Amino acid sequence: MLIVRRLAQLVPTLIGLTILLFFWVRALPGGPAVALLGERATPEAVADINRLYGFDRPLLEQYFTYVGRLLQGDFGTSIRTRRPVLEEFIDRFPATLELSLAALLFAVVVAIPLGYVAARRRGTIVDHTSVVVSLIGVTVPVFFLAFILKYVFAVKLGWFATTGRASVDINATNPTNLYVLDGLLTGELDASWDAILHLVLPAIALGSIPLAIIARMTRASVMEVQGADYVRTARAKGLRPGRLRNRVILRNAMLPVATTIGLQVGLLLSGAVLTETVFSFPGIGSFLYQAISSSDYPVLQGFILAIAIVYALVNLLVDISYGLIDPRMRARS
Amino acid sequence: MAGTTDTTETPSTTAGVTGTASGEVLLRVRDLEVTFTTEQGPVVAARNVSFDVLAGQTVAIVGESGSGKTTVATAVLGLLPGNGRVTAGSVEISGRDVVGLSRAELQRMRGRVLGLVPQDPMTNLNPVATVGSQVVETLEGTGVARGRGAKERARDLLVEVGLSDAESRMGSYPHEFSGGMRQRALIAMGLAGSPALLVADEPTSALDVTVQRVILDKLADLTTSRGTSVLLITHDLGLAAERASHLLVMYRGELVEHGSAREILRDPQHEYTKRLLAAAPSLASRRIQIARSTGQLDAVADDLLAPTEVTEVGEVGEAVGTEAAPVIRASHLRKVFPGARRGLRRRPDVVAVDDVSFDLPRGQTLGIVGESGSGKSTVARMVLDLLPPTSGSVELDGLTVGARSQAEEVAFRRRVQPIFQDPYSSLDPLFTIARTIEEPLRAHGVGSVTQRRARVRELLEQVALPEDVLRRYPSELSGGQRQRVAIARALALNPDVVVCDEAVSALDVVVQAQILHLLAELQSQLDLSYLFISHDLAVVRQIADQVVVMEKGAVVEQGRTDDVFDAPQQPYTQALLAAIPGANLDLAIS
Repeated sequence: MLIVRRLAQLVPTLIGLTILLFFWVRALPGGPAVALLGERATPEAVADINRLYGFDRPLLEQYFTYVGRLLQGDFGTSIRTRRPVLEEFIDRFPATLELSLAALLFAVVVAIPLGYVAARRRGTIVDHTSVVVSLIGVTVPVFFLAFILKYVFAVKLGWFATTGRASVDINATNPTNLYVLDGLLTGELDASWDAILHLVLPAIALGSIPLAIIARMTRASVMEVQGADYVRTARAKGLRPGRLRNRVILRNAMLPVATTIGLQVGLLLSGAVLTETVFSFPGIGSFLYQAISSSDYPVLQGFILAIAIVYALVNLLVDISYGLIDPRMRARS
Repeated sequence: MAGTTDTTETPSTTAGVTGTASGEVLLRVRDLEVTFTTEQGPVVAARNVSFDVLAGQTVAIVGESGSGKTTVATAVLGLLPGNGRVTAGSVEISGRDVVGLSRAELQRMRGRVLGLVPQDPMTNLNPVATVGSQVVETLEGTGVARGRGAKERARDLLVEVGLSDAESRMGSYPHEFSGGMRQRALIAMGLAGSPALLVADEPTSALDVTVQRVILDKLADLTTSRGTSVLLITHDLGLAAERASHLLVMYRGELVEHGSAREILRDPQHEYTKRLLAAAPSLASRRIQIARSTGQLDAVADDLLAPTEVTEVGEVGEAVGTEAAPVIRASHLRKVFPGARRGLRRRPDVVAVDDVSFDLPRGQTLGIVGESGSGKSTVARMVLDLLPPTSGSVELDGLTVGARSQAEEVAFRRRVQPIFQDPYSSLDPLFTIARTIEEPLRAHGVGSVTQRRARVRELLEQVALPEDVLRRYPSELSGGQRQRVAIARALALNPDVVVCDEAVSALDVVVQAQILHLLAELQSQLDLSYLFISHDLAVVRQIADQVVVMEKGAVVEQGRTDDVFDAPQQPYTQALLAAIPGANLDLAIS
């Protein structure tokens, strides 16, 4: 029931977004035709393009045509590659998904223990270190960190790959296009390992900001929970420290952290533009970067809409998982 | 002033003594001093505390908040918060000093030797784990049982503490339990490891009186049958005297008096104990209004720690019983909350208030008493026009409240003002006291800046607060002071009616008595009419002229306070009165 209701709530958001994207393109300097042809286009060519694409029709008619095409899965055609935008997106999305998952995994696995320890040892050197690390994580620009990581660990030390998703000598089958998973599925473990070597540095660069945010949230949340009455009562019951930590403190402290993690997904998708560009990682981020440089408006329009849908779906997942970890939410929904 | 309990003394057969002491000392506390490190430097929360608890004995520590009673209890349990330390003295359990023990050693003792039943059942259960699993983990943690055995034992325990339908309740979460059920579960957890000493820290103060009595009886049954010693922490002298054989009275971190419950009640030695006894609102206490009109107010006020100055004694006695038109008339009030939607189905509607009618005569106090869920606060909100009634009406001076123009609404707000329960959350933490009291004057555009300032000072004087609080913030004031600020704010616009929703419930008894006197005094000075909502019958008896008893949204009984309290007609009223702890204190003493 919750899922249906939340999906229904998506509809107005998406309608609003299509309106925004539609008028954004119409409001471009010189109109969409100039954007397509370049600034030195002759008036005749502009008129031709306007007639061809229907830009001379009334706005409302144009909007409904646009939405009608979207509903049929027609997101337009890239000016640069001459391929359908949706195809481009589907080709590249798995790479970004894999990178984002790796970045999120890195962030969560490091941030939660870090935040927990910092809270438990409040005021000690561990705590102060974690605060400083968090601050660095938030303040250092992603592309700068990406360059440093690439220079030190890939170029100088040669531990990891410098660019791309896979080495040229790897020739693996890719049923899902998630290379690490593909290697495991097809038994080509060397392909998986190769994909991991390509993922590590971009994942660290991309995960640094979420890591810092999640660590700080965990620290604050654990600090609050460990002062709660039920923690003192649990201690008075004679619970062993491990059980106290996992069942009582962490489980309660994770409730606000889960929401934070969900919100980071948007950050990952936007951070991917820079990270993928630095590492020439063939995902939606680097493609978007190229689209921006070459004023490929249909791609921008289509990708933004697609990313918004993905983001909304992820948030829906987060909301559902929230009900799983907090029984009080189950009762309310 | 700390004394050493005479260990050879056997508990007398005072009414309400629970447990049979074998004479063997289980807990021996000597010269205990606990210090908290704060930003303002070290604060000694308890000093020179010495006492014994014998095996099977129930001992109560009585004191108001900040007296150090909970500090002593947590020190005994080794559960002091991070900034608290035992800085002197010893705590021996069965001859073993627990002060210097390591975390691991203490953890092994918890549950098995030392048990805790905590104060607030709403905040002491892990909200994300089922109640059953929380009992099971206690059993496993203390090594009493594990696996399937633990599950069965947990169910037996829950049955034992009187949780109906224990089998199916095992899988429920705390938020699905009522306060009384949660407290039962917490008692089950406290007793799961069969500890030799159970520390019960205000185990029922968050519960309704009728539930309170049942839970305390249950606790007494279970500890007596197990031979468990109980250290009962409470602010309620009546409750302590009824439940414990021995009382320890704490005041400002020190043990000021100790002895058998009967002795202390009959012949209190320390000044503070005397005040506590005098301030404790019992059903036998004199009505403030009656005392006032018969010129005995000074006698009552003298008992208080810092009596408010009596400026003028109005002639209230005559007003009682006059048949003037009521200032507030509620007729056939009914409030239905639509049931929550669950999927396609809707839960049945909740009738919170059903056909409630009463008159509030001018210059008098009407008390509404009832337990939680009785609908008394919903009535208050309808009178305040914060909630529209489903049907029925509230009239202010004959004019129906609600459905008016904005100007009429503003006029109404000026005449009817609220004072809420929690002086901690009802004051804006970012406003100074001056700003807080001035706020209603500003909102209604009363007077110039200088006039408003003068009015704030006048109000401050009326509620007997020193002028230097003006620049302070709520967090810098005590609970009693904050409630005085809330009263000053309510009075700023010269209202006719003040709705007090549990206005003294969050305060210690001595402070509570001061505030009640202040309210009574202001009433006679300013001809105020109070609608006084409370769960505490003793408090209502002290302040109200008329009383309405509510149960499950409906009026059970209403009439003059003395009539209702001295000769309750309805079984529910009788049960409520009988459940008050210490109701028969006077009998116990005489």
